Amino acid sequence: MAMTQSNTAIFSRPESMQSTVTHYCPGCTHGVIHRLVAEAIDEIGARDRTVGVAPVGCSVLAYNYFNCDFLEAAHGRAPAFATGFKRLRPDMIVFTYQGDGDLASIGMGEIVHAANRGEKFTTIFVNNAVYGMTGGQMAPTTLPGQVTSTCPVGRNANEVGYPIRMAELLSTLVTPGYIERVAVHTPKHIINARKAIRRAFQYQAENRCYSMIEVLSTCPTNWGKTPEEAVKWLDKEMAAYYPIKCFKDSVREGNK
Amino acid sequence: MARILMKGNEAIAEAAIRAGAEGYFCYPITPQSEVAEYLAKRMPEVGGVFLQGESEVAVGNMLFGAASTGKRVFTTSSSPGISLMQEAISYIAGAHLPVVFVNIMRAGPGLGGILPAQSDYFQSVKGGGHGDYRLLVLAPSTVQEAVDLMMLAFDLADKYLNPVMVIGDGLIGQMMEAVEFPDSDPKQNRVNLEERKWAATGAKGRDPVIIKSLFLDPLELEENSLLMDKKYEQMKKEEVRYELYKVSAKNELLVVSYGTVARICQTVIDELESEGVSVGLFRPITLFPFPEKEIYREAKKKNIKTVLTVEMSTGQMVEDVERAIIGAKPVKFFGRTGGIVPNPEEIQGKVLELIGSMKKRSTSSRKRK
Ligand SMILES: Cc1ncc(C[n+]2csc(CCOP(=O)(O)OP(=O)(O)O)c2C)c(N)n1
Ligand code: SF4
Repeated sequence: MAMTQSNTAIFSRPESMQSTVTHYCPGCTHGVIHRLVAEAIDEIGARDRTVGVAPVGCSVLAYNYFNCDFLEAAHGRAPAFATGFKRLRPDMIVFTYQGDGDLASIGMGEIVHAANRGEKFTTIFVNNAVYGMTGGQMAPTTLPGQVTSTCPVGRNANEVGYPIRMAELLSTLVTPGYIERVAVHTPKHIINARKAIRRAFQYQAENRCYSMIEVLSTCPTNWGKTPEEAVKWLDKEMAAYYPIKCFKDSVREGNK
Repeated sequence: MARILMKGNEAIAEAAIRAGAEGYFCYPITPQSEVAEYLAKRMPEVGGVFLQGESEVAVGNMLFGAASTGKRVFTTSSSPGISLMQEAISYIAGAHLPVVFVNIMRAGPGLGGILPAQSDYFQSVKGGGHGDYRLLVLAPSTVQEAVDLMMLAFDLADKYLNPVMVIGDGLIGQMMEAVEFPDSDPKQNRVNLEERKWAATGAKGRDPVIIKSLFLDPLELEENSLLMDKKYEQMKKEEVRYELYKVSAKNELLVVSYGTVARICQTVIDELESEGVSVGLFRPITLFPFPEKEIYREAKKKNIKTVLTVEMSTGQMVEDVERAIIGAKPVKFFGRTGGIVPNPEEIQGKVLELIGSMKKRSTSSRKRK
């Protein structure tokens, strides 16, 4: 006798994602982060009133993956761009998605001031310790001793300074509401990152505060590592310099 | 509405409000900070957005984002600030968005000075940012015209989905004159977002809107540039604006001048007329599109012996005048710069010198015969 079986889907593509082929390198975690963002947008039910602001960097083509309106800012200027948009449309959900060259180097002024004004949008900051798109040059986040194409003998902190910890830096400001650093190189970290990103979007939907989620991300191509080695290096080296933790949550602390 | 006495900068601010502007982003700089001070009070009254940014780089990019909403937005600045906005201007043009920029020009280069100048002609008309783009450039010569051109600037930015630059020298911003505003409710002129299919209003019941200037496929990028070029060709056909003053068959010389300098030239022309010397004035109002054919038409008339371009710069527009006239008549130049406004006497001296040498030339050539 045949058994009838009903299948329930327990995992599917979020509505806020498009079905397409990835252009990211094998082992790159940009894609994982995209998915977490799309899930968060779905969960707050805001796909049709969300705009994403793409950076200049490997994720400049983010609009190929998201199923919501998407705007492409100039290099580093996404926070200013998002400020202009959100001020005129406070009813919409706005997020910037930025790399570390984009956010912590050329766009340092824009991110600090947008955060300090407490603009009510969300920043997803993807820290992979290099300039990915342009071929792996030194970034402000490159670790001491880390070899890149423009510091071929390793970053010399005596000459170019130590890497900038953006989450720590922004959490010294009074205004920004929620700042957390997460990672996506293991399932456990992905689950935590998912919660943090979801929380940031939730706070925006409730019109509470500016949020920045820094995500430690891999760039096997420009680190000169296999995807597996990249995960290990992130876990050992990057996470040691960039502590994975929540720096500030004014909502939970009862201040927003 | 009745005529009221108003400072240029404030009149520009109020005109933008009447035009339905809903967002203004700024960074303080002399000689136009009164615009920001006026709007800090006025924008909230009409439910619009006023925001002082951290730099002109940021302000330009705030406008890029704000324009993506589909609403009317603008900024005002002065020369060094406009230089910092060139990045955003190039992106805004490439992404086909309407934004109105106002440059109340001060003397450069560098930090220069805070006094009036017209030395940003090249920057406004020939580019300034990177890439194949053009700005539609409007140059008022009175406070009333600044008001009228502000209203027009928003319409033209919308018509072409292209940034529009209104340039006035420091005098336009600082002087007080009687102005009249159209009797309109500021909210009436606001855009209807439902009609703006290109704006990012949320992907509700439609495919996502993408606003971008990146085209990795050269054929697509060329297509975008050609689409832009088509708009510029249309502007050349439909938007040329200029004014003639005392242009007649008796003119011996034609002056070409724009902005407040053109008004000084009018004084000179009136004075010369009373002395029996006939000179006409051609005043371009649009600097891009430049009234090329019209200047050529006036300059090639038999009675015109020489064309004199007068500017508050070391000679920038003069190159366009030469290009328009294509050698049909000699083109001479007189200018003061550094923040010095030329006085009528020195312009008159230059005109008489040219007319005198024209006369000498014609008598000596007659003698030789
Ligand atoms: C004004 C300007 N300067 C430089 C560049 C070249 N550029 C493109 S992407 C990039 C760096 C991207 O690195 P990052 O932000 O770390 O992002 P990733 O590619 O690593 O994700 C640079 C320097 C540019 N597009 N614009
Ligand atoms: S270069 Fe690096 S950041 Fe860019 S897609 Fe490849 S792995 Fe990812």
